[in-house]
Amino acid sequence: MKTGLTIRALTFVAAMSLAPLSAPSFAQQSPSGKNPTADSVNEEALFKQNSKITGRISIPDTKAGTLEQPQGREWRGFHEGWMPWIGAIAILGMVLLLGIFYFTKGRIMLEHNEHSGRKILRFNTFERFTHWMTATCFIILALTGLNYVFGKRLLMPLIGPDAFSAISQWSKYAHNFLAWPFIVGILFMMAVWLSDNVPNRIDWAWLKAGGGFFSNTHPSAGRFNAGQKIVFWIVMLGGLAMAITGIMLVFPFAGLDINGMQTIQGIHAVIAVLFIAAMLAHIYIGSLGMEGAYDAMGSGEVDLAWARAHHDLWVEEQQAKTASGPQVRSRPAPAE
Amino acid sequence: MARMKFLCDSDRCIDCNACVTACKNEHEVPWGINRRRVVTINDGTPGERSISMACMHCTDAPCAAVCPVDCFYTTADAVVLHSKDLCIGCGYCFYACPFGAPQYPRVGNFGSRGKMDKCTYCSGGPEADLSEAEYVKYGSNRLAEGKLPLCAEMCSTKALLAGDGDIIARIYKERVIKRGYGSGAWGWKTAYRETVAI
Repeated sequence: MKTGLTIRALTFVAAMSLAPLSAPSFAQQSPSGKNPTADSVNEEALFKQNSKITGRISIPDTKAGTLEQPQGREWRGFHEGWMPWIGAIAILGMVLLLGIFYFTKGRIMLEHNEHSGRKILRFNTFERFTHWMTATCFIILALTGLNYVFGKRLLMPLIGPDAFSAISQWSKYAHNFLAWPFIVGILFMMAVWLSDNVPNRIDWAWLKAGGGFFSNTHPSAGRFNAGQKIVFWIVMLGGLAMAITGIMLVFPFAGLDINGMQTIQGIHAVIAVLFIAAMLAHIYIGSLGMEGAYDAMGSGEVDLAWARAHHDLWVEEQQAKTASGPQVRSRPAPAE
Repeated sequence: MARMKFLCDSDRCIDCNACVTACKNEHEVPWGINRRRVVTINDGTPGERSISMACMHCTDAPCAAVCPVDCFYTTADAVVLHSKDLCIGCGYCFYACPFGAPQYPRVGNFGSRGKMDKCTYCSGGPEADLSEAEYVKYGSNRLAEGKLPLCAEMCSTKALLAGDGDIIARIYKERVIKRGYGSGAWGWKTAYRETVAI
């Protein structure tokens, strides 16, 4: 009995003294004998379930709950890879097209029979105010918007990082705050011109005649011809799309998560460069491209004969309102 | 020069938030800005893991690529820093950052944001090392004093490792071999295009 106890005690001591030596073989197991990480999450498995990893956070900033979103690299690929090319092709492509048009077709000049000396009011003061408010905002928004993509590539090498940063800071403020009068302008335009821009059969005939651009004729048109109606709808739909996406960008993360912000930014930028390209064509035809076209939005009055040639149905409609022909005034020729 | 990295051993992180507090205190980070944060995944379940996350100082950093005023630069220690003088607060770096590191002092106010702030790896900014101007804008510059980032230095369980990528990867590998498990170097694949092979 006594010997038995001694042997047992010795075995115990031996076992204890051996324990540290055999420790590495137990390293794979915790004291409970289980792998404590058997249930634990790991990055690879989480990325298989979801494209980003989110969790609980103890600070009020809820976006901080996103631990990892590798989509940031994809957005970077879009913004630095695709976007400069989309922008350059859309804008330079349009400039090239307009250049080809100008140098082959030339400026569309007034014809002899388009000078009557009598004027008709085409756009009243409020319409012109609306147009120029929206146009001014658009030009500033376009330039400051393009600065986000092309500024560091084109302007910064010329003026240096400090001056460029100062300009970009003001550009950002201009972009964020002039967006509001631009949106108001879009809504005003909708109010004053929507009823004159509903597509109809006359537009189809106008389009089939190519707007008379190639035949030097003047297909019938109401207050706005089909080309102008297209511009109107580009401005309405483009403007509203820019407004909606822009408001989402100006109130970041209000209702959108990080991937939503990335997508909205991409949509805003792509529509923007297409919009700018379309407006370049509008600016061209309203100024350099056609003699007399600028007066409509400049002084608001156009020559009656020009109006008859380009907007025959509208002139008829205006003159039908009163027998004498409303808003038609004759002007004494300036003494030269 | 070293290639500085962070590695959070989530099997050791106990979600104590000492790293967050240390960072805020060391750099006098304003209210509302968190250069470092701890995210808990599967909170309350047996597989729960907490990970301390800040700027990972990525290789080919996406924030630097998308910045419209090119205000980012990479130091000789591969730390990604930026100039608050050039930053215009556009918010692009936050969209591009896979780790949500960039922070802005203003949230509302029509997205004006203010100057971006983020983890500097305790190494200041473009101003002269250890100058007052540097401290005011970017916080203290421990690297210039020969010290590593405070978050990792004072981590009570040594879950958060900071230092040269090869050295901290080796430390982590030894741990994993010794204890027999490890949930990996979180974010390394996204940040550095490589992970710690064990």
